[in-house]
Amino acid sequence: MTVNRREFIKAMALNSAALAAATLFPGITFGAFQGEETAAGSIEWKKTPCRFCGTGCGLLVGVSGDRAVAVKGDPACSVNKGLCCVKGYHSVQILYGKDRFTQALIRKNGKLAPAPIQEALDLVAAKLKESIAAKGKDSVAIYGSGQWSIADGYTASKLFKGCIGTNNVEANARLCMASAVTGFMTSFGLDEPMGCYDDIDYADVYVTWGNNMAEMHPVLFSRMIANRKSRTHVKIIDFATRTTRSSQAADKSILFKPQTDLAVANAICYELIHNDRVNWDFVRKHVSFHKGKTNIGYGTEDHFAFTDKEESSDFEEYKRFLGDYTPEKVEKTSGVPAKDIRYLAALYGDPGSKVVSFWCMGMNQHTRGTWINNLVYNIHLLTGKIATPGNSPFSLTGQPSACGTVREVGTLTHALPHGVVMNEEDRKMAAEIWNVPVANIDPKPTYHTVEMFRALDRGDIRFMWIQVTNPMVTMPNLTRYRNGALKDDRFVVVSEIYPTPTSDVADVVLPSALWIEREGFFGNSERRTQHNERIVPPPGEAMCNTWQLIEVARRLGYEKQFPWPREKYIEEIWNEYTRFHDSPKHRMAPYAVLKERPGVQWPFVDGKETKWRYNPKYDPAAKGEDFHFYGKPDNRAWIWIRPYEPAAEAPDSEYPFWLNTGRVLEHWHTGSMTRRVPILHKAMPESYVEIHPEDAADLGIVHGGNVKISSRRGAIIMKASLEGRGNPPRGMVFVPFFDEKYLINEVTLDAFCPISKQPDYKKCAVKVERA
Amino acid sequence: MPVFSYLAYPVKGRKQGLLEALSALAHCNVVAADKQEVLLLVTDTPDDDTEKVLQDRLKALDSLQSLSMTFGHRDE
Repeated sequence: MTVNRREFIKAMALNSAALAAATLFPGITFGAFQGEETAAGSIEWKKTPCRFCGTGCGLLVGVSGDRAVAVKGDPACSVNKGLCCVKGYHSVQILYGKDRFTQALIRKNGKLAPAPIQEALDLVAAKLKESIAAKGKDSVAIYGSGQWSIADGYTASKLFKGCIGTNNVEANARLCMASAVTGFMTSFGLDEPMGCYDDIDYADVYVTWGNNMAEMHPVLFSRMIANRKSRTHVKIIDFATRTTRSSQAADKSILFKPQTDLAVANAICYELIHNDRVNWDFVRKHVSFHKGKTNIGYGTEDHFAFTDKEESSDFEEYKRFLGDYTPEKVEKTSGVPAKDIRYLAALYGDPGSKVVSFWCMGMNQHTRGTWINNLVYNIHLLTGKIATPGNSPFSLTGQPSACGTVREVGTLTHALPHGVVMNEEDRKMAAEIWNVPVANIDPKPTYHTVEMFRALDRGDIRFMWIQVTNPMVTMPNLTRYRNGALKDDRFVVVSEIYPTPTSDVADVVLPSALWIEREGFFGNSERRTQHNERIVPPPGEAMCNTWQLIEVARRLGYEKQFPWPREKYIEEIWNEYTRFHDSPKHRMAPYAVLKERPGVQWPFVDGKETKWRYNPKYDPAAKGEDFHFYGKPDNRAWIWIRPYEPAAEAPDSEYPFWLNTGRVLEHWHTGSMTRRVPILHKAMPESYVEIHPEDAADLGIVHGGNVKISSRRGAIIMKASLEGRGNPPRGMVFVPFFDEKYLINEVTLDAFCPISKQPDYKKCAVKVERA
Repeated sequence: MPVFSYLAYPVKGRKQGLLEALSALAHCNVVAADKQEVLLLVTDTPDDDTEKVLQDRLKALDSLQSLSMTFGHRDE
């Protein structure tokens, strides 16, 4: 059964009305929608997670024949309770862009030309073999994504780490979540949040740290707003470097100078101790004190290496250290008035109130990203406001499966589906489950993402397979890495759905199936695994990324490791993968359970999900009466002594402005999908530079006028936005990165956190001129 | 061949009446919200003359307080 053009237009009309209603009446539902008939027959509704941000909203996709024609929020999903954001409501339209890749392309005589997909897969396998034979196993790499389905990432890791034997496996979550991982690992010994979104319904105060949730996590922000409306004492505090829609909706907006969140977090802890707001019972029983190296660098040079060295400390040393962070001293560094620092400390220190801290890219894309994660945990640990309903330091994710695929499967150079390559027991477990010799798994990590693209530029890597991500828009200091990918003896394979600047540098393009065109799993920010079935068929020869990998693996001779039949390979991969997590700390739900429900939070033990970890009332792995931080050998959470250190590059007389980059509500990351949805494209047709009106006046810049932004690495010209939805302070400009016509990452700096190796997209120095 | 969609707001207390009235009109598809005083209306008329007649009929509905257009399409 098919849908004619007229019925499709009518379905879009109905969707638009539903979207408008949802904007005006959050949580609105239309039960009668279920029974809507079209000329093509009734609409059948099927569940799936949204494939955009890491919130993990449950969707119901309306299908008529072989076409997805409508979307509504899934009221049975506890994440969004029937609500969606503007991207979610229009998500199925990303399937139907006019320029969708439906067949493979092979570069011949400098141009990409259509080819049968089996021929393209033959070529990919041949080039892999050729590179390994000529330059060794570490000359080939795969670069994936937090938008990879769990099965994609698992298959990629098994093929590259287990079979080929290289640790050249990375994912773009390195660019968005690596500091959250190292923050969790250093403070708690285990990755991923202790709390969940239900914390929103219990908390009295939400503090957002450099996090514009109104645009980036709008459904969760709506839950916060709804709570404030129904529980009138609830407060939202926006702590950020520029004013945004989140600031406008907050009860209080506090601005700080870039990078000085480190100092403010320490000042809050100073105040907590100074005013005796420490939860001593909690600290004595559940916390230990530690310090690491300082002056740790920024990673801007090739082959930069850093390993932290942990030393034990104690409360007295910590207290002495905090003496440098009195509110008055930190006011001078941060620009945050001392009274506002005291206000924040009072909110956190009030023993009668429950506090959630939310953060995302502002803290993670930071040259001291690991440290600022540690420092916010310090606040919650000093006050004991953690791992109970409504008390939660909560790191949000930006992609639908940054947690599920990258962090849990371990698609990073050092990681395995359980543990790390450096650990012999973890390698043995992987080798046994993967059915490969343990010697295949190299105990040494190779390249993190920035260094992997540097290696491609240098020629240490000759073959790179890029799936589900767009690094030729997102890599910082982009010009170097694009030029590297274009060098003559590099071979780049890109699995994609639409043409992008990344497919422009490809030697082979493999057409990919989109999320509801194949079966898969995502894992969201709150440890929730979400299954989606194949709802509609992919177009032309478009193929599931997992199956692309299996096809190539078999051509390389790994039939034994990839034996799964096409009709049930996703189920069999899930059953194999979950063997890695078969303990009360991380047990995953069985396939049949995931198929039935709109998501299940792990650990899933004896048929029960776990909402709060480290708390024996909720967590089957926790022992004792109140809390048990079992990730660390001392069974305690760690408070880290971490100082303020400046950014890698700061404004000076030649480049006097901070450049901050980020996202907008309407577009998903680089916009390769959402710019093809007409209503989203029309709502936000192109990128712009936000500039403070007084800076604009000084430079003769008017709203809509052209501005040249230049750094030591590159320059772009784009239109100015004055007093738009975001408003930076004087001395800062902000540019959204969704628009490939304006490659702002040709301007940004590839400095990163030496511990997490995550780049800082929020701070570099630029010159701003009228163009 | 215009297609439009609207949020249709009923006169207070007359949501069911508006639902029935709109459902009875040719070229109209209507979906009522479960708990809010609003309906989704999609109109699909074959030509401009029919569209004008329909617009007049909509204006004449005494259970209709207002319409907010959310989508418009007209074949060239």
